[in-house]
Amino acid sequence: MKFVVPVAIFVALALIPLLAAVGVHVPGIVTLIASRVMIFALAAMSLDLIMGIGGLPSFGHAAPVAIGAYAVAVCDAAGVQAAAAVIPAALAAAGLFALATGAVALRTRGVNFIMITLAFAQMVYFATGSLADYGGDDGYTLSARTTVFGLDLLDAKRIYLTTLVVLIAVYVLLRVIAASRFGRALAAIRQNRGRVQALGIDAFAIELAALVIAAMIAALAGVLMANQAEFVSPAYAAWGRSGELMVMVILGGLGTLHGAVIGAAIVVLAEEGLGAVTQHWPLVLGPFLVLAVLFFRHGIVGGARR
Amino acid sequence: MSALLRVENLHKRFGALVVTDGVSLDVMPGRIHAVIGPNGAGKTTLIHQIFGTLAPDAGVIRLDGRDITRLAPHRRAQAGLARSFQITSVLPEFSALENVALAVQARAGSSFRFFRAARGQAGLNAPAMAVLERVGLRARAGMVAGSLSHGEKRQLELAMALAAKPRVMLLDEPLAGAGPEETARLVTLLGSLRDACAIVLVEHDMDAVFQLADEITVLAQGRVIAHGTPGAIREDAAVRTAYLGEDF
Amino acid sequence: MTLLIVQALNGAQLGMLLFLIAAGLTLVFGVMNFVNLAHGVQYMIGAYLGVSFALLTGSFWAGLVLASLTAGAFGLLLEWLIFRHLYKRGELDQVLATFGVILSLNEGTRLIWGSNPLELPMPDLLSGSFQLVEGLRYPVYRVAVMAAGLLVALALALVVNRTRIGMLIRAGASNGPMVSALGVDIMRLFRVVFGVGAMMAGFAGVLAAPLVSVEPGMGENLLILAFVVIVIGGVGSIRGAFVAAVIVGLVDTLGRSLITDAAQAALSGPASARVGPAVASMLIYLVMAAVLAVKPAGLFAART
Repeated sequence: MKFVVPVAIFVALALIPLLAAVGVHVPGIVTLIASRVMIFALAAMSLDLIMGIGGLPSFGHAAPVAIGAYAVAVCDAAGVQAAAAVIPAALAAAGLFALATGAVALRTRGVNFIMITLAFAQMVYFATGSLADYGGDDGYTLSARTTVFGLDLLDAKRIYLTTLVVLIAVYVLLRVIAASRFGRALAAIRQNRGRVQALGIDAFAIELAALVIAAMIAALAGVLMANQAEFVSPAYAAWGRSGELMVMVILGGLGTLHGAVIGAAIVVLAEEGLGAVTQHWPLVLGPFLVLAVLFFRHGIVGGARR
Repeated sequence: MSALLRVENLHKRFGALVVTDGVSLDVMPGRIHAVIGPNGAGKTTLIHQIFGTLAPDAGVIRLDGRDITRLAPHRRAQAGLARSFQITSVLPEFSALENVALAVQARAGSSFRFFRAARGQAGLNAPAMAVLERVGLRARAGMVAGSLSHGEKRQLELAMALAAKPRVMLLDEPLAGAGPEETARLVTLLGSLRDACAIVLVEHDMDAVFQLADEITVLAQGRVIAHGTPGAIREDAAVRTAYLGEDF
Repeated sequence: MTLLIVQALNGAQLGMLLFLIAAGLTLVFGVMNFVNLAHGVQYMIGAYLGVSFALLTGSFWAGLVLASLTAGAFGLLLEWLIFRHLYKRGELDQVLATFGVILSLNEGTRLIWGSNPLELPMPDLLSGSFQLVEGLRYPVYRVAVMAAGLLVALALALVVNRTRIGMLIRAGASNGPMVSALGVDIMRLFRVVFGVGAMMAGFAGVLAAPLVSVEPGMGENLLILAFVVIVIGGVGSIRGAFVAAVIVGLVDTLGRSLITDAAQAALSGPASARVGPAVASMLIYLVMAAVLAVKPAGLFAART
């Protein structure tokens, strides 16, 4: 029973290429929006590891996404498109960022943690904006997409399937991690940090490791995002993006992992769908969020906790 | 016989308030050493310092000869200290078994394992089950800890402390909030733990203290005012003065 | 050297604006433990209302007073409609709901006033400049902003340190439940704090309007800087907010010119043009990290 909803989600996402394979015409815009949903879901899922399972409310998760995207740009400017170089660079950069900022942010809890992660993401936003070699505030257009062992797995035709495979793989990986001794310790720290420390577990080390893992997955989402748009800009690290990722996780249901896909779908569809009707779509999404908090206490999927 | 836990001349102050004023304490192996004293005597602060959640201003804490004064709490736990909390402190979303299994995992020092599911591991569950059996919670193993009764949560806390196979257990008011029946059960249980480890017991229930303790140290205003066997403490004039007006 | 003086003055002036925003925010955090991301919106609304009221009345001063009062009233309206339902909720609910409020109000502003940046002319009285040192003139208006910030800080310090309500606010910021246990209606106390905080942010918005472009979303950049101020100063501390605001203002403006110069001296050629701005933009966050490394609760933590 536990896996009915996630399996249904992934089957639904797989329907698009399946339908296309049997000759049904799928409009390009559907594929495009669905792949955006999946890329955001990937980032949101990694946020769920630290926020939903670990209880660390990061308001700066757009930062590792942007770092991953900029790794693509930096490699591109150096003439490197091979995933074998781009992805390790992206993961290492985001991991180091999480290690350094996490070590500081974890000195605080709760509201202060929210503010500090937000501030560090803003640092990335301004720092990327000052990278004159990569377009500064205007951003950088990729000269070519990343290739995987010489294959164009990320070109406009194949990026959907590649993203779907990555998303499912990451979902499985996070499920496994959540069920492991590490995941159990992380979930225990959320419930009662002092008690876990008293048992002899180094809560700080566990939390820091979780932040690094989440940042690396977010960077992977950033690599996909840059390839899909063939463009990166400081807007990837904008505070609103971090907020959106939080919204996705909370709407989808904290700690469920697959809820992140549903949350991502709601937010992306709201933006793209409403955006097609009115440019003032935030006037719909904004009040919706307020009302959702006031009237639905447990997310749309019904997360384990708040 | 040398002391297992030795506290030497501990000092701690908060601003102008002296909360620990030269406290020394020897805890012998296999003994229950009670620390009593009127409210505000500095008992809980002492526990905090022994466990490392508060840093003393001066003094040394040794566990089996090893200086642990500057170790972080989780390192002290690894060195063989365990504690229970004044306010019931279990992991409410986990089952009783998972609570104890986490303690076993902590004891094994193996929390950085990412791939094998923890739930089915006999290496964690079997020792956890044995400890639950010992504290009388075997039948509750599958229940979510948050839904246990108060007394059961207290038992579960003891189980978590025991599962770490500590050398010394620090128990901060383990009987707080327990009803008469629960208290009787817990007292029997505590008495049976002597063979597992030494115990530092902070407790307000004087009947329980005199029933359980092998040695008693009395604190008042951050200072040790008496130390001895329960019989000697009962007769001590200074102790009577310190407790004047309290139910003793 | 003269440039340095100008930068220092600009930094102090930014610090005063930050203080006006952070002061209300830090007390709201301190007393209610409430994460109000929408506090930056008050600043934006203050600026827009300032523009409109100044146009309507033909006077900057009337605009300043009316806009500050209206912004305060609007803050209280939001508090009554939405925020008061969130105090007992977790911080994630607070983040989600106030994030929704930001989206709504930024877009609502765009709907009412349009997307194009607006301008608010300086009042004639303060529109001139004066000679700072030989060959260097500095705008009077910026000095006036600094003076206004200082005056508010002084008034706030007096109220917080010398009056009964100030004593309650301080007690509330360090231990909320205790104050309500004393029989004080903490909600009424809090509404006063909230209204005054919203008004100060609106006031800062009007003051800043002649110096910046008034546009939707203008509040959030300052809000995040205000967060940095609160983290450095310590949640719930007015004194901390003041000191940290000045530090952040100075480090941000001075840092930009000093680091760029230093980078130019240390690295020659195009490398300096790249490294300098990137490091400068990270400076205040590095300061924040350094403060937290030494004092996790901030410089003047109100809570024990």
